[in-house]
Amino acid sequence: MPFKQQVFALLVSLLVFVFTIEMVRQKRLREEYSVLWLFTSCIMFVLVIKYDWLVTLTNLIGAALPTSTLFTGSIVFLVLLGVQFSIKISRLSDQVKDLVQENAILRHQFEKIVKAQGTDLDSKP
Amino acid sequence: MRSEERDLAKVLVIIPAYNEAGNIGRVVAAIRRVVPECDILVVNDGSRDGTAAAAAGAGAIVLSHAFNMGYGVTIQTGYKFAHCHGYPYVVQIDADGQHDPAFIPRLLAPVMAGDTDFALGSRFLEEESYRPSFSRRLGILFFRKLVTHLIGRSVTDPTSGYQAFNREVLRFFTTDVFPCDYPDADMLITLNLAGFRIREVPVRMYANPTGKTMHSGTKPLYYMFKMCLSIFVTLLRNRKFFRRT
Repeated sequence: MPFKQQVFALLVSLLVFVFTIEMVRQKRLREEYSVLWLFTSCIMFVLVIKYDWLVTLTNLIGAALPTSTLFTGSIVFLVLLGVQFSIKISRLSDQVKDLVQENAILRHQFEKIVKAQGTDLDSKP
Repeated sequence: MRSEERDLAKVLVIIPAYNEAGNIGRVVAAIRRVVPECDILVVNDGSRDGTAAAAAGAGAIVLSHAFNMGYGVTIQTGYKFAHCHGYPYVVQIDADGQHDPAFIPRLLAPVMAGDTDFALGSRFLEEESYRPSFSRRLGILFFRKLVTHLIGRSVTDPTSGYQAFNREVLRFFTTDVFPCDYPDADMLITLNLAGFRIREVPVRMYANPTGKTMHSGTKPLYYMFKMCLSIFVTLLRNRKFFRRT
């Protein structure tokens, strides 16, 4: 791998790693979602440092160039990330559904109690 | 109070409604005429018109979603309400006036007699019902064959939303097992796998005078895909998943 390419790949992996850690530190990214980012940047870092490992992996998957392996790896990472988000969105949708249903039932109960007490809902407490 | 009236007083009629201000009052009044002893619940799915007010004005209990969540979620809200309040029997009927409320007692009879757990109203067993459009009939025919094959007994109207069932089915439907995204044929297969008894009852259904349908545009394609996928994964699930706790 040419020196410039190696430096660029190392910088990118370091940048992703540091940025992810910083986001988690600032509580703008949950640990749960940082795992895939950190894992991928570490793998990228190791493969650039250990170039012979990258070549072995390239031969293993039948790619023509080591850079293709890195490119394929990043696509796999994006797919995994998409799947992770889909799973999370499904779970959130279920939670929203339960909340909306519970809210509707509780609101009805609340209105019934208010009506029974003869209190005006808009009156100040 | 006669015992039949006493039993009907334990029934909750659930009507999922979305932008049905023009119909809902008439539907509630028609149900009230047929089964005056039953409680009627309208679940308003975030309607933008006066559905909730019209339903409340007609004397129904009204639950309102904060925003539109879809048909399956709406009926499950009704199930959860019925379960919370201990109703032993539930009838489900559409808000657009397509389902003839005169058939509620017929639908409830086998459930209340303990002959079945789940009664499914079938428009194809009642001669006076309307005939759906060709494409709709084609879809129904496909799922009819599929469900009949998979559950091992004849089901003529697997997409019917006119249903009655008992407390056990109600409790089962309040869990995560209930398919909230278009609950139709996959729900029947789920019920069968869980060991519930299903029976079809002839009911009369009318064509929707407004022509409004929740299966418009590209929705039928999505519906077919989703239903086939849902049936496929339902069959792949471990039997423990359907255990009735």
